[in-house]
Amino acid sequence: MHPMIEVRDLTKTYAEGVAAARALDGVNLDVHAGEVTLLMGPSGSGKTTLISIMGCILRASSGSVRIAGREVSHLKERELPRVRLRHIGFVFQGFNLFPTLTAIENVELAFDLKGIRGREAHRRAGDLLDEFGLSEKRDAFPADLSGGQKQRVAIARALAGDPQIVLADEPTAALDRASGALVMETLRRLALEKDRAVVIVTHDGRTLEYADKLVRIEDGRAGEPVTHDQWQVHEGVTK
Amino acid sequence: MASLAVRNLLHDKVRLAVTLTGIIFAVVLVAVQTGLFLGFTTTTSNVIDNSRADLWVVSKGAQYIEVGMPYSEKKLYHTLAVPGVAEAEKYIVRFSQWKKPDGSNASCEVIGFDPDSDMGGPWQLSEGDVHSLKLPDTVIVDRFYARKLGVTHLGQTVEIRDVRARVVGFTEGIRTFTTSPLVFTSYKNAQRYSGMDTGQTVYILVKAAAGVAPEQLRRVLAARLTDVDVWTTREFSNMTTHYWMFSTGAGITVIMAAVLGLLVGVVVVAQTIYAATIDHIREFGTLKAMGATNGYIYRIILRQAAISAAIGYGAGIAIASMAAASSAHGGANILLPIPVRAGLFGLTLLMCVGAAMVSINKVTKIDPAMVFKG
Repeated sequence: MHPMIEVRDLTKTYAEGVAAARALDGVNLDVHAGEVTLLMGPSGSGKTTLISIMGCILRASSGSVRIAGREVSHLKERELPRVRLRHIGFVFQGFNLFPTLTAIENVELAFDLKGIRGREAHRRAGDLLDEFGLSEKRDAFPADLSGGQKQRVAIARALAGDPQIVLADEPTAALDRASGALVMETLRRLALEKDRAVVIVTHDGRTLEYADKLVRIEDGRAGEPVTHDQWQVHEGVTK
Repeated sequence: MASLAVRNLLHDKVRLAVTLTGIIFAVVLVAVQTGLFLGFTTTTSNVIDNSRADLWVVSKGAQYIEVGMPYSEKKLYHTLAVPGVAEAEKYIVRFSQWKKPDGSNASCEVIGFDPDSDMGGPWQLSEGDVHSLKLPDTVIVDRFYARKLGVTHLGQTVEIRDVRARVVGFTEGIRTFTTSPLVFTSYKNAQRYSGMDTGQTVYILVKAAAGVAPEQLRRVLAARLTDVDVWTTREFSNMTTHYWMFSTGAGITVIMAAVLGLLVGVVVVAQTIYAATIDHIREFGTLKAMGATNGYIYRIILRQAAISAAIGYGAGIAIASMAAASSAHGGANILLPIPVRAGLFGLTLLMCVGAAMVSINKVTKIDPAMVFKG
């Protein structure tokens, strides 16, 4: 089975000349459908740069990125939004919901971007919110939702249009333990039940148990992917 | 998405109020100044425009109606002798002195015409009859200037250049750019009221025969008549308007005020729409990350600008219309015909969209990766 995301010899250098800083250095990574991949590492290690490039938001300096089998590293800037729209859903640390729109309108907006509008968009947005246990909060504005509820709306929004890939940046960072667990369970279910490729950037050790694969990023280099158990052992040994 | 544009716009009510105030200010200023300009231009040439003549024979070099110099009325017969002339009448437009009942004087502009002709007479007559002017010493004045002239009722007797004058009619809403009220009277009366020598006229109004093009007749008359100029009514009207509006600087002042209003409006609207965009910049970044094209985001911003324009225009034109309505009883006439209103709506839309361009430029440069920064 082909990986949903295939990253090869990826480098990213910010600025040029003496000020040049290499954020990613020869990263290789495969992300498959139906699994949750955690990118872990200290601040400034290159996790966010990697997820930005995998999300076609940032362009690599060199190397190859294939999304759903398609090479995207050579695509023109104006072609990237279409790839994001078609294949990728984003979940952000700060939720990034539109404060002037209700929960259902936030999800409808994502459908609108994909050209699905009107009653159809409303119905499908409602279904997604129902699926994430937010039936009662359809018409609530983000300001009236708890952190966990906001993040679940954000996940529902990310799934509008059925993308194969979900990229989440620190999705539990702003949440308490219970809400964080609920969000991680939701993301895990996405991978297992809906066969999505889920990539999560996180610092949060509480999220480890939800991962199929953990990748340590350090100084722009990616380690070999390990399982949760291997990670525990590795961390235990190094400690 | 329409609702995002509307919601973002309504979200910060103070900012919306500032934006709308800017647009309303610009709309009112531009509408009033344009209306004034139109009012002025209409007023400067209203005697010509309402003359129902096709051609004007004027003294050599006269650039506007108030400066016509007397010339021999024999030219009337020369004019009538030209083939293609259906009708020609002597016509007087001259300043004079109106003595009010309290003994004080006021400047007035005497219009002398043949009451049996349909050319050159008063329009918008609200009381009295043009044919009453066939009686000696009779005049028709405008209601708007009645107070200025000390006229209180029909039949009242006053003096013009020490000659008796009886008011036999009123017009409604005929103003003058010079502020000297028009006094319509018969040609004979006008000669006396303006102190003109008999055997002279100031203008000859000409009506072309059916099927004869005024411009063609103008060329023939200009070739036949000496020491005078011949203009079509449109030409003489434009010359008069141009003189008052541009040679005197009056029009430039009004146009400058309108342009200034527009500029202020653009700056205020641009600033507020820009600030609103900056406030929502993270949301636009999120949209871009979600796959929105720049075009999608431009449409949101332009929709906000268009909604602001529509609301601002509606309120602004309502205020300007009230000003125009009240100007009917004031010194300066503000005219806001439908084409001007429509044009102003287009201008408001253009102003708001233009102002939004500043924000669009900013949005183009959004780095969607900003959404990952906490």
